[in-house]
Amino acid sequence: MQVYLDNNATTMVDPAVTEAMIPFFSEIYGNPNSLHRFGTASHPAITKAINQMYKAINASDKDDIIFTSCATESNNWVLKSVWVDKILNGDKNHIVTTEIEHPSVLSTCKFLEEQGVKVTYLPVNDQGIVEAHTLRSFITEKTALVSVMWANNETGMIFPIKEIGEICKEKGVLFHSDGVQAVGKIPVNMQEVHVDFLSMSAHKFHGPKGIGALYIRNSEELTPLLHGGEHMGGRRSGTLNVPYIVGMGKAIELATENIAEKMASIRAKRDRLEDALLSQLSDVMVVGNRDNRTPNTILISIRGVEGEGMLWDLNNALIGASTGSACASEDLEANTVMLAIGADNELAHTGIRLSLSRFTTDEEIDYVIERFSTAVKRLRAISSSYAIVQPTPGGEAAECGIHH
Amino acid sequence: MAKNDLLGGSLWDQYSNKVTTLMNNPNNQGEITQEECDAAGHKLIVADFGAESCGDAVRLYWEVDPATDTIVHSKFKSFGCGTAIASSDMMAELCIGKTVQEAVKITNIDVEKSLRDDPETPAVPPQKMHCSVMAYDVIKKAAGLYLGVDESSFEDEIIVCECARVSLGTLREVIKLNDLKTIEQVTDYTKAGGFCKSCIKPGGHEAREYYLVDILADVRREMDEEKMRTAADAGSHGDFEAMTLVQKIKAIDSVVDESIRQFLIMDGGNMEVIDIKDSPDYIDVYIRYLGACNGCASSSTGTLYAIEATLKEKLSQKIRVLPI
Repeated sequence: MQVYLDNNATTMVDPAVTEAMIPFFSEIYGNPNSLHRFGTASHPAITKAINQMYKAINASDKDDIIFTSCATESNNWVLKSVWVDKILNGDKNHIVTTEIEHPSVLSTCKFLEEQGVKVTYLPVNDQGIVEAHTLRSFITEKTALVSVMWANNETGMIFPIKEIGEICKEKGVLFHSDGVQAVGKIPVNMQEVHVDFLSMSAHKFHGPKGIGALYIRNSEELTPLLHGGEHMGGRRSGTLNVPYIVGMGKAIELATENIAEKMASIRAKRDRLEDALLSQLSDVMVVGNRDNRTPNTILISIRGVEGEGMLWDLNNALIGASTGSACASEDLEANTVMLAIGADNELAHTGIRLSLSRFTTDEEIDYVIERFSTAVKRLRAISSSYAIVQPTPGGEAAECGIHH
Repeated sequence: MAKNDLLGGSLWDQYSNKVTTLMNNPNNQGEITQEECDAAGHKLIVADFGAESCGDAVRLYWEVDPATDTIVHSKFKSFGCGTAIASSDMMAELCIGKTVQEAVKITNIDVEKSLRDDPETPAVPPQKMHCSVMAYDVIKKAAGLYLGVDESSFEDEIIVCECARVSLGTLREVIKLNDLKTIEQVTDYTKAGGFCKSCIKPGGHEAREYYLVDILADVRREMDEEKMRTAADAGSHGDFEAMTLVQKIKAIDSVVDESIRQFLIMDGGNMEVIDIKDSPDYIDVYIRYLGACNGCASSSTGTLYAIEATLKEKLSQKIRVLPI
């Protein structure tokens, strides 16, 4: 058996989504902006996809949902264009975000800092979320934008978007949320929150890679990131990616219809896995209260077992998971999310993320429970953390010299 | 960045088969107890290096025959990634049968080379070289415990880059000899900084005592100072063209004071030196006339020639005097 538990990284495209996309490659291939019948033939499907998007997040007809190439583009667009509109060509100079945003937000903020923008990175609490009241004191009259993710990719923890939105509304500051880990996993209703911009990505909810979207409340002004033709009302140029737009529409519909039911089913499996690991293994810790977590995510720290080593053994058992361990990264830098939560430094080296999907089966969960425990037992048998014979006097380890 | 870098390589695909095999089944994993050593009349040495909160920790066990100082058994325990476990295993393997004095000469590079499938292909990707460094550190620690000496006594030079074992002395020499100006050049010439990158600048994976950026800056500054000393020496020997700018100004001023100014003052005038510009062919001295010289017909002809001729004679034929 092989089990894919890395659905926060990407998901399998639902076969029903692939099927919906296929006609738009070689049968209905015209450019939707052309006047002839080859072009207009795609219009009903695009309209349907647009309707599916609006319905899925309960957007108003006054709002825009613009298709992009990915959520990285959506995030870059908001940050860079708010900079152009409100800072370069306005009287603002400040952006507020959090320490644990996705790199497409953090790296863009670092870039804007190099351009002279002041950026505040809000700290997270031991649950890995920003408390809304923390935000209030950091907003100034020079603040152009607040950017806070809806749910975190590593922990699955859900941020208080409603409260943050109210503070931004009261202060008159634009509010962007990276909704990549929320849309399709938990209910996202744009009528219940005050969010000006919301980034989305299809491949996180069983749609194809290479397509994302940006929701823009009330068609708020935002200079385009990509200039060109008059596609999507001139807001985002580039020939419409018809098959992928159709795929994203279908995927978001499948992910959000009866979402409560789907969430309950995934959560039951997730909780069973989490309970089993917590009861079978000593010295393990799961980050974050599960009631405030996306229903598919577990971030578990296993004392004495380094993350890359654990991933190795899981991979040998044909289980795909993820770690924020420094040893598993190109630059030996520990995951910023793990470090920011600061539960202890060991979490940065021992955290394993298991993320389920609606395709995860009970049999797969049983298999993972068994193999996960086997891997922990083997690695703890090798681990110096569980060694019995103590060092010769004077042979104890010196202090940790690693940068955190 | 080029075609082959477009798709970043998979970390695990770059491990040698030996690394993979030892990670899956380490041969020397385990502990040696005091009782086992006592029974054989041997000495037990146990040394730790690293900590779980650092991301790597290793415990090395040696059973040493005190009659010959030979390590008869060696085992390890490790908290670490696959390459850390494989490196620790190979390190323990390399210790067996050696005397403590021989074992202390084993370096992380020996460990890495022993993990290679073929002599030309590295056993691990560059950023993982760092894992084998701990193996080297823990051996020194164990040897220090056994011999009753400080572990630093085994190191006769300061190692700046532990992954590639490049010493401070080597780095300084290579920078000077090759007139290196960037960190990339230093890495190309010495390999230092090409692996875990901790030694390049503060803020990397591991805090270091010496950083390449500081070493490069220090050596460059010393090289500049050396150049200036050469110039200063040249100046004191009267070699005008080799002088620094300040020395040139002083030399010109003193010639003006000694041989020129008095004649100008006699006619109710004066001059001052404004600037000096060096070019390969000329040394241009910019001056300004003061008092009666200002506007005097001779100031751009006879007087000017006299000033220039005096400076040329006393200092350098390359001098041109330009009034502004």
